[in-house]
Amino acid sequence: MLKITDLKKVYSTGDEALSGVSMEVEGNEVVSIIGPSGAGKSTLIECVNQLTESTSGSVVLDGRDITSLSKKELRNARRDMGMIFQEFNLIERLTVMENVLSGRLGYMSNWDAFRRNFEPEDIQSAYEILDRVGVGGMENKRVDELSGGQRQRVGIARAVLQRPKILLVDEPTSALDPETSFAVMELLTEIAREEEIPVLINIHEVELALEYTDRIVGLTDGEIVFNGTPEELDETARDTIYRSGQSRAEKDAASDYKETSSKIENIDKEISF
Amino acid sequence: MSNPGSEERERMSVGNSLTSWERPTVFYNKQIKYLLYSAIGLFILWSAWELRPSPSRLIGGMEAFFSLLTTMFPPDFSPDARGRIWTGMLESIAMSIVATAIGVLISIPIAVMAAENLVPKPVYYVGRSIVSVSRALHELVLAIITVVAVGLGPLAGVIALIIATPGFFAKLLSEELEDIDGGQADGIRAVGGSSIQVLLYGVAPQVIPRLIGLTIYRWDINIRASTIVGIVGAGGIGVTLLNSFDRYEYDFSLAIILVIIAVVMFGEIMSAVARRRVQ
Repeated sequence: MLKITDLKKVYSTGDEALSGVSMEVEGNEVVSIIGPSGAGKSTLIECVNQLTESTSGSVVLDGRDITSLSKKELRNARRDMGMIFQEFNLIERLTVMENVLSGRLGYMSNWDAFRRNFEPEDIQSAYEILDRVGVGGMENKRVDELSGGQRQRVGIARAVLQRPKILLVDEPTSALDPETSFAVMELLTEIAREEEIPVLINIHEVELALEYTDRIVGLTDGEIVFNGTPEELDETARDTIYRSGQSRAEKDAASDYKETSSKIENIDKEISF
Repeated sequence: MSNPGSEERERMSVGNSLTSWERPTVFYNKQIKYLLYSAIGLFILWSAWELRPSPSRLIGGMEAFFSLLTTMFPPDFSPDARGRIWTGMLESIAMSIVATAIGVLISIPIAVMAAENLVPKPVYYVGRSIVSVSRALHELVLAIITVVAVGLGPLAGVIALIIATPGFFAKLLSEELEDIDGGQADGIRAVGGSSIQVLLYGVAPQVIPRLIGLTIYRWDINIRASTIVGIVGAGGIGVTLLNSFDRYEYDFSLAIILVIIAVVMFGEIMSAVARRRVQ
């Protein structure tokens, strides 16, 4: 389905966000990527649909390498990848309906897009999806009138209306409160199963990953350090992902030592004067 | 480091107790700061010297001014004068409407070109250059050129105003475009939308209120400009005003000036009210 091979990304500032990542998403599984902040999780997701251009390596979706496409081909490839964003990335001043239907833009001419001339069957499925995600009846509201949870539901609806081959999800819950986070994750994974769409989801709350995903990939400093089922994610594995192999106690001890030694250095300086 | 303060600061930092602090300056140091200030002062003095306004001219001017004022009163609002003002004013307002409509339409693509976040670098430089050139030339200067090009009359004025519009409109709109939330555009890019679709859905909704506000604002400016371009023969009430001066009908001139002030003020008030409504 989706096969990422030796993917590298070096930003123009020289920061290496991904240093050779290889992984796969198969069948209809829900795969989560966990890891500390700055590990390259968002970069990895955005490299899949090339919103961030990768430096080297390949991303193959259904036998087609996304990294070597022309602009037009890339646009067509993006139609097969529904993306759900951390900050929703909905068009604030447009209605809920327009936002959901914008999922079909990849299949429309510019002129039809300008006139909001959407296909009747797309409008019908938009209504159905809005009901399914729990914001039925809100189609004429502007997105800036909605709450965070409602916005993310609209975001899910837009991605699903694309009828994609895979869903790419970037931190879908970090702008939401814990209660809403669980509801949104529940909805997202349920819909993916109903529609039989595999999901690659990037998440920093480990409990959500454990509860809602089939497989967990641990990313640290741009490298994959763990790849297994939720059951396999034990304390050691977590230490590898979040504390470069040290246990929490060891890490605390290490930082204590650092502080103490720098204090001693300061005292030394003062004495020498 | 040449800064004499640094040594002292170092000494004082021992024991972690700084007792003096100076506000960081935008200049490298004090010397450069005062050098720059005195350069600005000298420049102003030099400008005044270049002009050398003479007191006798000023006093003589006052006399001429008062004699002009006395011949101006009372303003000539006879039926014939009213008719001529009406025709000229109508032409000016029509010019401003046509120029704003066409000017705004051509300014929108120029604004997109001049927005650094939306287009590749070479296109950006082209867009910025168009804005700069349009901005550099005053409506009157443009009108002098267009009168030579297409002859006397309102067409010359309309063309001059159209050319002047991007300098204001495209510049401010491009700044607005550079401030948009890129995430919304990314949302459309991610569904496979074309560049035009990204502009239509991801960008346009964010700037439309501002675009409407700027259009009304520019119309207000164009009304003002359309009353003056007639001075060089480019149509509108300005032509009537110029003719009245040429014929020494100063009382008629005053009537025209009063009407221009009234119309411009009315336009400004309407524009302010409308812009407040939109934003």
